[in-house]
Amino acid sequence: MRPFRYERAGDAGQAVALLAAEPEAKFLGGGTNLVDLMRLGVETPRTLIDVSRLQDHGRIEETADGGLRIGAAVSNSDLAADPRVRARYPVLSSAVLHGASGQLRNLATVGGNLLQRTRCPYFQDVTKPCNKREGARDRGRCPAREGDHRNLAILGHSELCVATNPSDLAVALAALEATVHVQGASGSRAIPIPGLHRLPGDAPDRDTVLEPGELITAVELARRRGPGSRQRYRKVRERRSFAFALVSIAVVLELDGDAVADVRIALGGVAHAPWRATRAEAALRGAPVTEASAARAAEVELEQAQPLRDNGYKLEIARNLITRTLLELAEAG
Amino acid sequence: MPDDRTQLEPPVLADLRLRVNGVEHELTIDTRTSLLDLLRERLHLTGSKKGCDHGQCGACTILIDGRRANACLALAVAHDGAEITTIEGLAGDGGDELHPLQAAFIEHDAFQCGYCTPGQLCSAAGMLAEHRDGWPSAVTPYAAVTANGPIELTEAEIRERMSGNLCRCGAYANIVPAIADASS
Repeated sequence: MRPFRYERAGDAGQAVALLAAEPEAKFLGGGTNLVDLMRLGVETPRTLIDVSRLQDHGRIEETADGGLRIGAAVSNSDLAADPRVRARYPVLSSAVLHGASGQLRNLATVGGNLLQRTRCPYFQDVTKPCNKREGARDRGRCPAREGDHRNLAILGHSELCVATNPSDLAVALAALEATVHVQGASGSRAIPIPGLHRLPGDAPDRDTVLEPGELITAVELARRRGPGSRQRYRKVRERRSFAFALVSIAVVLELDGDAVADVRIALGGVAHAPWRATRAEAALRGAPVTEASAARAAEVELEQAQPLRDNGYKLEIARNLITRTLLELAEAG
Repeated sequence: MPDDRTQLEPPVLADLRLRVNGVEHELTIDTRTSLLDLLRERLHLTGSKKGCDHGQCGACTILIDGRRANACLALAVAHDGAEITTIEGLAGDGGDELHPLQAAFIEHDAFQCGYCTPGQLCSAAGMLAEHRDGWPSAVTPYAAVTANGPIELTEAEIRERMSGNLCRCGAYANIVPAIADASS
């Protein structure tokens, strides 16, 4: 591991200033991803700026319009166990609980979870070429495309990168239409999820739309529209627990009588970003959820998928997750 | 290959204070030192084990300020001032008294080679505290999640909550009832 200086910032302004002043500095949350990557030589910062104890970033607060504002330094465990999150946004609690292990969730922060890097085996191995890790120098050099891509993307990938985003939290936030608050040297801004994570395109080295030096300060959730919101997170993986998703889904469903008033479906494990199934959502609005309508919605969404040689199995899993989760929520009391 | 420039950069040292099993320590360390390496190599508390050094096996599980965590991924400098409990301190300063979990693991033959066992015990201690605090898990029924209701510690709950601790000897079948026993 490269030697590094360690500094603790007091508040967000100081953290941002410290990072701007240091070449090759990175923010440190719980360290559960960054320290791992530093040990692998994938990340080589010269300075770490600890933002896990920033003033005001460790709390979950009610907002003026009845939503919640979650500080970026809140631990994954505290987020999932919070009574307000459990009562109003159970899909969020559930998604976080499906990730990592109890020990990791205790250290990991909300901000860090959103910024965790892909588990693609080529990215994680410095002896293998990788456009994301090294920057894209030669087109078509992504070794995963012809190599081991069994657990990589079926949607939104590019010639240069077929990596997936591993965060369960991000998938639930995409279905809840959350907003990420960010602070940089030139001020603050709000970024919607989905919208924080990019598709790889020509610049796979950029996971998110964050500019260098920008710090996530909070995640904001809008007020839930009422007790009729039905929510579910499901994760399909090779083990029963403590494994990344093959495919996962977060659904938020609101019915008006029998008909779908609003539905939001986000898929994990299938793309470089949490994938909002907007075509499926449009196909479902205004009518009851039936086996036929759910199947049609899944079909309409997955038509655009571009599976690779060895990951076409994800299509069937995604189809089943969409149809079964919708039906389960529609039929629930 | 990893960049050779790191050969030219000297280690950076930092001071920190830690309270480990009730004993205060003041140390100067290389900032790259994990809590696991500090405990094992500097403080000679070799009960916590290095199984993977990547947060994937749980053999290094300790309690940091009462919460279970992987010592291998915790940079010691980031936990300056923390209260650490390792397997050596789990039973308190009680001398000959075993922690109820330790007694239950013996009673239920919940280990073979014993390598994962310190991590299992610290993790179980942390897990039982989390359960007492009403924390849900991924297998908790939604009704109990949303209602913030009491959660029964079933076998499925124990397995899910302990999924961060691997055992290559496969002693899970006895680890689970040992934890269930100690929880009552």
